[in-house]
Amino acid sequence: MLSRIAESLFWIGRYVERADGTARILDVHLERLNNLPELQQERISRDLLALMGAPAGDAPVSRDMLLKTLAYDRRSPASIAGSLSAARENARRARETVSSSLWEGLNTTYYGINKHRRDMVGTYGFCHWVLERSAMVTGLADSTVSHDESWLFLVLGRSLERADMTARMLSTRDLLSGGISWVHMLRCAGAYESFLRNRGGSSGDQNAAEFLLLDRLFPRSIVYALRDAEECLAKLDPSSQRVGFIDDARRIVGQARTFLEFHRTDNLLDELPEHMDRVQKAVAQASEAISCKYFNQAKQLEWIGEVS
Amino acid sequence: MSDLFEDYGTSLGRSGAYDEMFGANMLARRSYSDVAGALGSLTLADVTARADSMARTFLDRGVTFDYAGEERPFPLDIVPRVIPADEWDVLERGVAQRVQALEAFLNDVYGRMSVVSDGVIPRQLVTTSAHFHRAVHGFEPAGGVRVHVSGIDVVRDAAGTFRVLEDNVRVPSGVSYVLENRQAMAKGLPEAFGQQHIRPVEEYPRRLLSALRKTAPSGVDDPTVVVLTPGVFNSAYFEHTLLAGLMGVELVEGRDLICRGNRVYMRTTAGEQRVDVIYKRIDDDFLDPLQFRSDSMLGCPGLVNAARAGGVTIANAVGNGVADDKLVYSYVPDLIRYYLHEEPVIANVDTYRLEEKDAREHVLDRLDELVVKPVDGSGGKGLVIGPDASREELEALRKRVLADPRGWIAQPVLQLSTVPTLSGDRFGPRHVDLRPFAVNDGEDVWVLPGGLTRVALKEGSLIVNSSQGGGSKDTWVLGGTPQIPVHVPPRESVTPREPISVWPVESSWQDGAEQ
Repeated sequence: MLSRIAESLFWIGRYVERADGTARILDVHLERLNNLPELQQERISRDLLALMGAPAGDAPVSRDMLLKTLAYDRRSPASIAGSLSAARENARRARETVSSSLWEGLNTTYYGINKHRRDMVGTYGFCHWVLERSAMVTGLADSTVSHDESWLFLVLGRSLERADMTARMLSTRDLLSGGISWVHMLRCAGAYESFLRNRGGSSGDQNAAEFLLLDRLFPRSIVYALRDAEECLAKLDPSSQRVGFIDDARRIVGQARTFLEFHRTDNLLDELPEHMDRVQKAVAQASEAISCKYFNQAKQLEWIGEVS
Repeated sequence: MSDLFEDYGTSLGRSGAYDEMFGANMLARRSYSDVAGALGSLTLADVTARADSMARTFLDRGVTFDYAGEERPFPLDIVPRVIPADEWDVLERGVAQRVQALEAFLNDVYGRMSVVSDGVIPRQLVTTSAHFHRAVHGFEPAGGVRVHVSGIDVVRDAAGTFRVLEDNVRVPSGVSYVLENRQAMAKGLPEAFGQQHIRPVEEYPRRLLSALRKTAPSGVDDPTVVVLTPGVFNSAYFEHTLLAGLMGVELVEGRDLICRGNRVYMRTTAGEQRVDVIYKRIDDDFLDPLQFRSDSMLGCPGLVNAARAGGVTIANAVGNGVADDKLVYSYVPDLIRYYLHEEPVIANVDTYRLEEKDAREHVLDRLDELVVKPVDGSGGKGLVIGPDASREELEALRKRVLADPRGWIAQPVLQLSTVPTLSGDRFGPRHVDLRPFAVNDGEDVWVLPGGLTRVALKEGSLIVNSSQGGGSKDTWVLGGTPQIPVHVPPRESVTPREPISVWPVESSWQDGAEQ
């Protein structure tokens, strides 16, 4: 398939997952914020913006600004609206390749963004809607796109972004120690019920961290997402050498996963920031390597154009 | 008939045009009986709800055209334009005849020029055409076809006679709306499909692919076809994606292509893959910076040389613009007689050639009664409708005509035929034209039954172009037996090709104009 189209598909996968992850993080943290005194709210909002890649600078961070930057501003690369617009723009460029249901799913989502009330209360509804829409888009992609190369690029983007997003979720624990509990972390990842059934209600922080980081069966855990990405890479480049890997991306993702999987978990909570940093770097490097190998011209393209 | 048509007869009387639906005394013509029956059973609320739903569907599905950077759904009216079988038979033969004549003409002007030496048209007419490209003189395009796809615009005058308004043999657009309109109408006005047989349109992409494959360079067993688009900012981008999608081929941009050794390749995730046939949706001027505009990054350097060497088929062929020059248009009836030894099936609109002194003087005296058009314009750009123009506009036009008489033609103002069109809470008569599309595979010219009916949404307006507020109607050709679908041999599985390294290309955007 055309390199340009492969790249578009990869980014559709990433942007839809980014919208989904951001909606999850925003939803849970807004609920926490509302329980806190105003002074603390300001600090936590600031930290949250920095963590999501949209540092606020020196200006005071208002609630409106937080919502705008993370939810509604189509020009903000960190926002849900920005991600969904960019996903739609990429689908538009690859329209003859993606299925028409996938395209329509993204297109109607793009038009639906405007229909939500942009205040604190409306944002809960918005986040919920985004989770539904991204689940729908993901489902349409899985059931209406042939599981060939094009689908592999889509899933590759989705898995890498998912690993990155879960790492960000786990990092909020560290930054926002003011009141964020592991229950919230688990809820962010949609993992709370799974966790309770698997580990029981009396488990503590350490178990929750293990679950989100290392569980081999929970689809949003970092190890699970990295393994998904590895599988896609292996199918895209099925070289059957007996020694080592030529593919940079596969090496980077594999190293990150095995490091986590075989690392002793005694000091998991203390080492968490370090681990999360490693995961995010691995995702960025892998993305770069994929771009060099398959897309060729990543540097000349701008993915968020005039989308408002 | 419901009261939606209450004032229709009065408005119709005012315009004096031929109405496609109603004859004398507001009686629906026979071809429209099913449509009239279906509409008669609907209330205003029904009609409006259906029209809204059709518009919403177009937006959701992305059936849009780009207008000043904004994606707009192409307005589709709920009343179809119906063409009875006997009328279509004439149009079909007339369009095919015209395409054959233009094909012969292009072969001739880029070759021996016998049409000039035999005195049918003046040499200067050809050589001064803005779209006569010396760069492609003297070579036979791979596959032997120049006009693969054409859109011959026809209108019906006040007497009810079809006339050809212009020929588009460069990059005619609009066929995607024909395909989408039919789908939308099947949902919007299902009652009207009733008992009648409406000829299907969905065969178009297969016919097109078959023609493109048939005209591939010789020696290629399983040709790779691509559609070349200027990109998402082009007004017809939707059409490019639809055609590529329905043909199951790649939609490429200039930066996806590389020319080497007079062959064309596209960059894929598995390295470079050879391209044999390019259905280009870019104007010639932007196609190859080595031959034409050096500042264009929409095309690919080396394409024209590759085509010249027979390494790739470009459809439509480079240089076709000379055949749809509006001054050449005025000679097409002569060209039909000269090349085909037949009389034209569809007449031209009477046309004054302003480079002829007598005609020019006559026209300059009557500017306020005529339509004056630039010969190389497309999309209705630059034309002046005398009766609607101000004194200043006419004065400015007079100066421009005198400065460049070769650049203009004049025609009488035609009262284009009308079809009822929903406007507010009533149907009113609106002027329409028709663009039938033809596909030429070198042996046969196939005309898609129907074509794009464009409609001027403002009362009395004669401008139907989408860029100037026009809409469209589904075009139904009645009767006849369904055509036997063409057989496109299945693609063999793509054999992996050896990856070759590629180098990056700077990218920038420009909009290539379409007709």
